Amino acid sequence: MMRHLISAADLTRDEAVLILDTAEEMARVADRPIKKLPALRGRTICNLFFEDSTRTRISFEAAEKRLSADVINFAAKGSSVSKGESLKDTAQTLEAMGVDAVVIRHGASGAPYRLANSGWIDAPVINAGDGTHQHPTQALLDAFTMRRRLLGPDAGIGQDLSGKRITVVGDILHSRVARSNVDLLHTLGAQVTLVAPPTLLPVGMDSWPCDVSYDLDSTLPKSDAVMMLRVQRERMNAAFFPTEREYSRRYGLDGDRMAKMPEHAIVMHPGPMVRGMEITAEVADSPRCTVIEQVANGVHTRMAVLYLLLGGNEPAVSHARPVESESK
Amino acid sequence: MDSSAHSDAARPVLEGPDIARVLTRIAHEIVERAKGADDVVLLGIPTRGVFLARRLAAKLEEITGRKIPVGSLDITMYRDDLRMHPPRALARTEIPSDGLDGRLVVLVDDVLFSGRTIRAALDALNDIGRPRAVQLAVLVDRGHRELPIRADYVGKNLPTSLRETVKVQLDEEDGRDAVLLGEKQASPAGER
Repeated sequence: MMRHLISAADLTRDEAVLILDTAEEMARVADRPIKKLPALRGRTICNLFFEDSTRTRISFEAAEKRLSADVINFAAKGSSVSKGESLKDTAQTLEAMGVDAVVIRHGASGAPYRLANSGWIDAPVINAGDGTHQHPTQALLDAFTMRRRLLGPDAGIGQDLSGKRITVVGDILHSRVARSNVDLLHTLGAQVTLVAPPTLLPVGMDSWPCDVSYDLDSTLPKSDAVMMLRVQRERMNAAFFPTEREYSRRYGLDGDRMAKMPEHAIVMHPGPMVRGMEITAEVADSPRCTVIEQVANGVHTRMAVLYLLLGGNEPAVSHARPVESESK
Repeated sequence: MDSSAHSDAARPVLEGPDIARVLTRIAHEIVERAKGADDVVLLGIPTRGVFLARRLAAKLEEITGRKIPVGSLDITMYRDDLRMHPPRALARTEIPSDGLDGRLVVLVDDVLFSGRTIRAALDALNDIGRPRAVQLAVLVDRGHRELPIRADYVGKNLPTSLRETVKVQLDEEDGRDAVLLGEKQASPAGER
């Protein structure tokens, strides 16, 4: 297991499967009367959120607390950052306070990488979303949700997603969720198709390990899971499509479109959903839609990541360390 | 699991039929001490404790004619040496649907050595329920306790030196039933 989790592309197939298997065991703790494990007792984790987030921050906090870690929440609003403090000074302050790990969300792509490789801080860094770059724990929880739904909680243990056809629809250009998912799903053996209007596809996609289509309707019947992305209005600084209504007509998922999907196929959404835009209420509320499950699975997956990064001896020892050693 | 015991010099101290007889005896002892095993729940400690627990449950069902709840209890995150090794893969914790409250829980493991695994198991139990009592059944007790812990049911007492290794092989995992006693190769002491 690596020391940091910066990008979903850094994970090998075996590491990713190990995280998913560990998450499966973590999920069982949620059914217990005492939802707490002692694995990270005495470790301090700082949630460093430079960008607004509700579900990711709460999800990380729940995961950290279930593993008995001490949690420090840091939001840029109302902190020294709004007074002009740099990332470096913030990091060194945290280091001086003896933080054992940093979970960082930042508006600038590459900020977590910079933090991990700068020498400002020794603690492992977990990327909770940086700009339009990566959101690796989101990709992991999505893969976990797919494996659970498409293979089953028990049948999925030790398995990857080989042969599964995943379609990601929407604002690929601004989406770190899409980038992370393409990387991880490719590693896990799935075939990914991205569907978006040409204006919402980034430049240089030829090197991405996935297919691209502009036509949602022809892709739906060949999908085991369809992931709808939110159109990120806050990042829309140009006219990417004529009207919201037109986008919705061509790339939104409604009941009629859902009927074109295979019987077993699921609808996913990383949230927050904009009902009536990329997804209709009918689809969002159908049992095939896994939005709520994804939230619950987010806690399990993040518990798995935190345990595998921090649960053992000092993570500073080496970079690539075998995870499965003798268990007794 | 116990990779250090793979020397050719390992000599079997229990063979398949011995293990079967030992488990039958332990099953009878459980029924005797629990006066019919009405409220017994068997919890195996992964990996091999789980197989032993399932075998014991089958024997108990033969004796009592009732279904005996059996599950597994992963202790990985409760180990006192968690911080001294790379993170270990987790095993399955499966608690029977009726829970543990007010039941007689019999923990089942293959080898009792330092007692640290059992201490971890008691801590793990604490987070899951409140049994009426907790007992311990092991296939082999090799001595060298480091904590005030003892087994209630012992398959075989095996006096060993710290330079020896005890390896339990079970059909479900290893393709054969045996308890092997070998010489320890140069691996750090205090494992297990």
